[in-house]
Amino acid sequence: MSAPFLHVEDLAVSFPTEDGVVKAVAGSTFSVSKGKTLAIVGESGSGKSVTAQAIMGLLNRNFADVSGRIVLDGTDLLALDDDQVREMRGSVMAMIFQDPLSSLHPFYRIGDQLAEAVRVHNKVSKSEARARAIDALHRVGIPSPDKRVDDYPHQLSGGMRQRVMIAMALINSPSLLIADEPTTALDVTVQAQITELMSELQRETGTTLIIITHDLGVVADMADEVCVMYGGRVVEYAPVNEVYYRPQHPYTHGLLASVPRLATDRVDRLDPIPGNPPSLINLPSGCVFHPRCSRRDEVSGDLCRTEEPALVSVATDHLVRCHLAQAGATGGAR
Amino acid sequence: MTAYIIRRVLIMLLLLLLLTLVVFVLFALLPADVARLTCGKVCTDQTIELNRARLGLDKSVWEQYWIFLSGLFFGRTYGVGEAAIVCSAPCLGYSFTKTEPVLQLILDRLPATIFLALGAFILFLIGGVALGVYSALRRGRWQDKTVMGISLVGYSLPSFFIGLVVIYFIIIRWQILPFPQYVQPWEDPIGFLQTMILPWLVLAILYAAFYTRLTRSQMLETLNEDYIRTARATGLPERVVVRKHALRAGLTPIVTAAGLDFAGLLGGAIILESIFSLPGLGSLAISAVLDPDLAILVGVTLITAVFIIVANLVVDVLYAVIDPRVRLA
Repeated sequence: MSAPFLHVEDLAVSFPTEDGVVKAVAGSTFSVSKGKTLAIVGESGSGKSVTAQAIMGLLNRNFADVSGRIVLDGTDLLALDDDQVREMRGSVMAMIFQDPLSSLHPFYRIGDQLAEAVRVHNKVSKSEARARAIDALHRVGIPSPDKRVDDYPHQLSGGMRQRVMIAMALINSPSLLIADEPTTALDVTVQAQITELMSELQRETGTTLIIITHDLGVVADMADEVCVMYGGRVVEYAPVNEVYYRPQHPYTHGLLASVPRLATDRVDRLDPIPGNPPSLINLPSGCVFHPRCSRRDEVSGDLCRTEEPALVSVATDHLVRCHLAQAGATGGAR
Repeated sequence: MTAYIIRRVLIMLLLLLLLTLVVFVLFALLPADVARLTCGKVCTDQTIELNRARLGLDKSVWEQYWIFLSGLFFGRTYGVGEAAIVCSAPCLGYSFTKTEPVLQLILDRLPATIFLALGAFILFLIGGVALGVYSALRRGRWQDKTVMGISLVGYSLPSFFIGLVVIYFIIIRWQILPFPQYVQPWEDPIGFLQTMILPWLVLAILYAAFYTRLTRSQMLETLNEDYIRTARATGLPERVVVRKHALRAGLTPIVTAAGLDFAGLLGGAIILESIFSLPGLGSLAISAVLDPDLAILVGVTLITAVFIIVANLVVDVLYAVIDPRVRLA
């Protein structure tokens, strides 16, 4: 791998609450090369979104303890003060959110919101900012952008709104774009259009992309590398083909097995992972996945319950956090 | 937008008509004999009957209402011949205890009430919203707790208590200000300010407490909205996020409450006007109750109701200005 554009190391985020400390992310390590796409997958509460917000500096330091290193293009973001990170938000790095209706301000015209995003980082006139807003709407495929620019968010369809969000995120040509479940809130037919649009824009601009999703179809379409998270930890991290064809972690197996397949003739029952995601206040001991793991019997002794496995390399660029991998008993009888 | 406003105004006019009917009938049904009340000390059955005829009370309630309504537009005359009293349009009624048309009485009292309401309104709205935002941004810290504690006290104390305490200490005990003596601001600006500053502050404290709490809860809610996160993600400075994005989104209930409170104050802050001997609508209403003078009460009630209906209209229009989604409705 060339020098990574974004390198996250030992990222830990916890929120002290009245009920106890919520350990949302613990020891996340991954990196993305320039112009590549990393997909972060996992269930709700696995720490995907918190990781993204930590990178963007969107976590309020009064309420969240963030530690580790987030190095973007040579700069450690966690070492900067709030104002320096704010300067980078929207210019160097940008973010798209899950629900485009609630993510756009209902009281302002989309053109005004786009123009505001321009004028935060560029000293340009209002008319110039408006021209850029129209141009950005044009680029994300919104028809007659010179009219739509004066619409309010509620006047647009869900897909159009998400296009506006994408236009807003890309309007200052950021070199890193984080998309937090960008298609989850959309109609299935629109989902494909949005992922296609994002791929297309990424090809045009060379933006590095982190896409957070639990839609493995989106992952297969877009990602170069995949980072599987569980209980706030990276449990498997590998190029996309490795993850699909040689998954090493029992949880990754489980995720892939729970995807419905249209191509097969047999009508199989889906194979869900038993149990529920762990409580982030009271995490299981040892390996956080062991209470739900179907293969913990294969590990000798009580290791899964008593000792947390380390993230180890099982092949080139393929890291897994599992005692099975450590024991060398890799490969899966699927 | 224009169609929306026209529709609202038409509804308002209809409401006003309905209102005159309700208020008029309500007072006509009171078990008070106005003819006797306006008769004076030496009172014979004959004068009462004469009074009854002069006031039109010998007619049915509906006829009386019709006369009242036409009086609003064309004026009316009480009695006949030399003793006739002409009340020119718009006639809200005539006060026989004060021997003046009700409208004139109200107009005389209106400046004091309007100035009291306006001054207090500006103070409590700016103060309350500013403190609420401040409190929300420091949620859970000592500044927030202090502001909330003080506002709870302000919210709970009755106006007569704060009013009397303030008068006792500032005017009587420490003699910082002279005893309140209302003068019109165009006659004696300094005397006017000296009289108004205390009632303004007392009203402002009472009302600001509510607006502080309302603004705080609104801000805490909107600051958690997704579009606030979006605004932050575009790199907007926090003060712009707070003022332009969060505060505007939370403004709707504040505007509603403020409009109605302002209208209520225009109807007369009865207790405070009495305590500070301000010649406003509130003290007019009290003297009308004590006299008793039903004509004045009908007039004051109607005017107050008109203020509230107009305030509702203004609030509705402001809604549409603040929230573009309302314009569709």
